[in-house]
Amino acid sequence: MARKPKRPPRSPAIRARRPIARRSRSTPPTPGLDLHRCEQFLIHEARLLDEGKFDDWLALFTPDAWYWVPSEPDQPDPHQTVSLIYDDRRLLETRVRRLASPRMYSQEPRSRTSRIVGNVTIETNDRNACTVRSKFMMIEYRREQQRIFGGTALHRLVQSHGRVMIAWKRVDLVNCDAPLDGITIPF
Amino acid sequence: MTSTDDTFRSLVQPSRVHRWLYTDPAIFEAEMERIFGSAWIYVGHESQVRKPGDYVRTFIGRKPVVLVRDTEGEVRVIHNQCAHRGSLVVANDKGNTDEFQCCYHGWTYHLDGRLKAVPLQHGYASDFDPNNPKTAMVSAARVKSYRGFVFASEAADGPSLEEFLGYMTTSLDDMIDRAPDGEIEVAGGTFKHAYEANWKLYLENLCDAAHPLFTHRSSIDAAQQQSDAVYSDGSGEIAIRQMRQNGAPYNFWESQVGIWTYPNGHSYLGDYHDDAKLVAALKDPVFRDYIAAMEKKRGKAETRRVLEVRRWNSNIYPNLSFMSGFQQLRVVHPIAVDRTVVQTYNFRLKGAPERMFRNTISFANTVNGTGSLVLTDDLEIYNRIGMGLSSEGAEWIEIGRGLKSDAPDAHGGRRGKNSTSEVYIRNMFDAWLHYMADGCAAMRAAS
Repeated sequence: MARKPKRPPRSPAIRARRPIARRSRSTPPTPGLDLHRCEQFLIHEARLLDEGKFDDWLALFTPDAWYWVPSEPDQPDPHQTVSLIYDDRRLLETRVRRLASPRMYSQEPRSRTSRIVGNVTIETNDRNACTVRSKFMMIEYRREQQRIFGGTALHRLVQSHGRVMIAWKRVDLVNCDAPLDGITIPF
Repeated sequence: MTSTDDTFRSLVQPSRVHRWLYTDPAIFEAEMERIFGSAWIYVGHESQVRKPGDYVRTFIGRKPVVLVRDTEGEVRVIHNQCAHRGSLVVANDKGNTDEFQCCYHGWTYHLDGRLKAVPLQHGYASDFDPNNPKTAMVSAARVKSYRGFVFASEAADGPSLEEFLGYMTTSLDDMIDRAPDGEIEVAGGTFKHAYEANWKLYLENLCDAAHPLFTHRSSIDAAQQQSDAVYSDGSGEIAIRQMRQNGAPYNFWESQVGIWTYPNGHSYLGDYHDDAKLVAALKDPVFRDYIAAMEKKRGKAETRRVLEVRRWNSNIYPNLSFMSGFQQLRVVHPIAVDRTVVQTYNFRLKGAPERMFRNTISFANTVNGTGSLVLTDDLEIYNRIGMGLSSEGAEWIEIGRGLKSDAPDAHGGRRGKNSTSEVYIRNMFDAWLHYMADGCAAMRAAS
């Protein structure tokens, strides 16, 4: 069961990394992806989600990104086992577009969420791409009921032209295999 | 309210039922006893307990049971309760074991539920007999498989499983016949999705062809507006096709899709996909490989016969729904009158190309997933019905759509004029009355 997750090919953003020598002398070099920048990025992402700016959130993802919330602890693969959410880029766009629909009845009334991101560590790091591990807690309030979600997030962050983007994101909920009421707001 | 047979009869009318059937705790208790305590209840699939000692934990109604394969290879369904102090014996969801042992005082049971050993046996009364069936993890009264699908009934007498299933065996056959090797296995994990309303609403929605255009409007619109030029690894593509198909106009549902119902509350909805619209498209390379595998193992004529069977959801009342085309299965677990959990499963078709199962998983995420763009709106509907029906005012709810156009079916059932008929709900309430008041009342009187 210790198979590595099958992942789509790396983002063009990584392959298109420019050699340092070709960078113009007149602009200062882009800083690498250090812990502070990663942490700031995750906080920014959480804020976009809490504020319901889902289009801006979607814009953080690379063109071939995937977003994954497994249904089992240590789930090795999104294609051989069901997932609470497994969206390739095309489905993620559809999900975000639906979130804006006035006829999304499972969001009538809308949820309000509040997230805390912490325990951020960099698991693997190249200069312009790294895998970041973090813990999160999210409170979701909707229609007189409050739910708490918590777990571990893994972000593959890539940097292209000075911009940080998400190549993939995996969210492992501590209660991923529990009976759950519907999940509509991304983690 | 008082739960008498006459009360139950008064709550079900030809085209409407009383809201209490969805909200009254006393009726719920009676349902657990009279429906879940006597009907054939789907428990699991034999592939979940392949080897002796394999077990999975599940429920008959609210009663915790263990589905287990014993040392002789027999599939058993035993009450997950220690005969001593009543503790739950098996706590893990699944596993393999030589015996079951209670963690309280060490009472130990054989895989078939018989008592094996009792510590401090000398301390019990002199007439204590470890061979008395009452000191066992008690077996369900009847356990029977239909081609690997295991059902249990808590009633010692009653119709056989084959009689109970009737023509619906053809839907179960369709699940299996689609495998080139003629065998299927549970694989790919489960969803457990929950809602705060009555268990009956779930099956009542699964053959409801009149709701997608409204309930699923947000996912239909979002999918219709989605550009296919955006990167997909295949999974999103399947999901988006399914969501678009939910947007088929009413005249499609009324002219091209049928609904069939059978005795004991069972029903199926005709498939509403044409092969060009979903992944089962002949131009799809995976599906072409699949057809080649089918033809090689089963011959061209049999392959054509199998693929011409077109069923969407098949419901076996009271707790099972499945969909043979994409190998999906859901089991309804009533928790309380206003709380239900549905556990979903997927099947792998043995002998089919590996990629077929990947499609099965993508499809499951869309139609059964807790975070699905489609299912979440169904869960919202169940919750809203739960909230709506919990107050006085309108005491009756309608189940009469298409009532006058019900017609007999060649296999002993009745069919609706088209898929938007509520005939399958009326049919479930016929079965409900049978269990709650008529047939089972006679059985109780006789016992």
